[in-house]
Amino acid sequence: MISGLTVSERQSALIILTVMAFVGLAMAIAGRADLLGFHGGIVLLISTALIFAVIGHYYDPEPPKERLAEYYDDPTRVGIVLAMIWAVVGMAVGVWVAALLAWPDMTWDVGWLSFGRLRPVHTSGVIFGFGGNALIATSFHVLQRTSRARLPDQISPWFVLIGYNLFCVVAATGYLMGLTQSKEYAEPEWYADLWLVIVWVVYFLIYLRTLQRRQEPHIYVANWYYMAFILVVAVLHIVNNLAVPVSLGHAKSYSLFSGVQDAMVQWWYGHNAVAFFLTAGFLGMMYYYLPKRAGRPIFSYRLSIISFWGITFMYMWAGSHHLHYTALPQWVQTLGMTFSIILLVPSWASAGNALATLNGAWHKVRDDATLRFMMVAAVFYGLATFEGSFMAIRAVNSLSHYTDWTIGHVHGGALGWVAMITFGSFYALVPWMWKQERMYSSKLVEVHFWLALSGTIIYVFAMWNSGIIQGLMWRTYNENGTLSYSFIDSLVAMHPYYIARAFGGLLFLAGAVVCAYNIWMTIRLARAQDTVDNSKADIPVPQPAVALQAGE
Amino acid sequence: MDHDTIVGFSKSWGLFYLIAMAIGVLVYALWPSNRKRFKRAKNSILDTDDRPRS
Repeated sequence: MISGLTVSERQSALIILTVMAFVGLAMAIAGRADLLGFHGGIVLLISTALIFAVIGHYYDPEPPKERLAEYYDDPTRVGIVLAMIWAVVGMAVGVWVAALLAWPDMTWDVGWLSFGRLRPVHTSGVIFGFGGNALIATSFHVLQRTSRARLPDQISPWFVLIGYNLFCVVAATGYLMGLTQSKEYAEPEWYADLWLVIVWVVYFLIYLRTLQRRQEPHIYVANWYYMAFILVVAVLHIVNNLAVPVSLGHAKSYSLFSGVQDAMVQWWYGHNAVAFFLTAGFLGMMYYYLPKRAGRPIFSYRLSIISFWGITFMYMWAGSHHLHYTALPQWVQTLGMTFSIILLVPSWASAGNALATLNGAWHKVRDDATLRFMMVAAVFYGLATFEGSFMAIRAVNSLSHYTDWTIGHVHGGALGWVAMITFGSFYALVPWMWKQERMYSSKLVEVHFWLALSGTIIYVFAMWNSGIIQGLMWRTYNENGTLSYSFIDSLVAMHPYYIARAFGGLLFLAGAVVCAYNIWMTIRLARAQDTVDNSKADIPVPQPAVALQAGE
Repeated sequence: MDHDTIVGFSKSWGLFYLIAMAIGVLVYALWPSNRKRFKRAKNSILDTDDRPRS
């Protein structure tokens, strides 16, 4: 990988890494005993390790000129491996916190094992670690193929991928030490937030620079979704994290907003993180890999454009439905509710477009578990968006809010839609990336599919049941006009469902482990053939150094 | 400028510009001469050629 960089790119890499190492050192010195100092140490350690990695290959010969006639896929390969590592870690922590809800004694009075610290490790691990790496990896692949242009340089994609994972590591270690700014899905503190802004701007520039060099007249719809994802996440991230640090040597900061304004900004961010991180980006994935795998063009390209703009215009307004029955003005709540309901139209347009693309190829869906992953993802996308619009209605929300129904809804989307479309895309992409005819084992893909589907269904049904029971128990009054059930009564009623939920999550985790193993074995297969296949002319041959990837 | 003015502005202007954008998108998506462009875009991803075009 490093020998695939030109000598001047190796020099830039060393300069960037040295600057990063010094920033880490400065953080360590300024922070001292503060948690900022610990994070400075992590930055310093990772940067130094990478400096040595680059120096180790510094005197390798220049990569051949012919590489420019091929796409640049090394960052995509590493991104897939990193995504799978985060998937297993993030989902394992998820199963653990699910078990903690059923058996709360399992914290053993250890601070970093408590639910409050582990829960953001799960959410950030799966959303940002797994989802984010999957989005970065696939976006580089889709962008190059649909533009028929190679990435503009070989250093910025690495900066984005490694910088992003550094952010994820700083975030997760911070949570375990109790560091959080208490904003859901935006827990990392100010210095991590600033770093992510730099990484994200470079990411967007890669997109613009590649599109500028495109050899196709039209920008394919998948790229629009990926670009909306990058651009809007940048805007949301910057506004929601506006804060003043206590001092430059202190990890804590105070938000610029307070009270109901803070809540509104947070849920404007939070809901659009769902919309643009977990929806737009993955729709980009779907609009490329699903037609590609099915061998059929998307059913209606026009519909895909209309649903794209529908989603980008309307999602922005839906966030206030998270704040029904709060101090937020009534009309703002109604506005959020109304837009949430209208959103069903573009959402179902995308889900319907995906299913109509498969219409006429159902035999392929039956035989090919990879395509079935994508089909099930589209179905769950349709279900989750319908449920979301429904739950945003104020009267429905009065029953569902603060209950497990919300958790069930989120996981219907996250497991059924986001993870399923990612696994489907990976099973299509991995053989292309490592020049194999197929995955190492198609049986294991099948096993993964059924584990993932049954896990999701058990999870979602457990949470629906528990959420509705919870909501009803909280609003049942006796003839004296007081509550019939105490809070602890409702907790006791939840217990069996919490066990079922942990079991469903365990099945889903087992599927992800099977997937990681299958991908790993496919990579090993490719490495074993590397010596033979180097002469193959038409398909881009991976650099020999690919054999030594991070995380292998 | 008080609260009511801002609310009044956002309620009226918000309605008009969103409808205008929606009409703009519909016109672009359904414009007959764009049909060829879209048809090419949706079919070209199925090409098996896996190299950048120079």
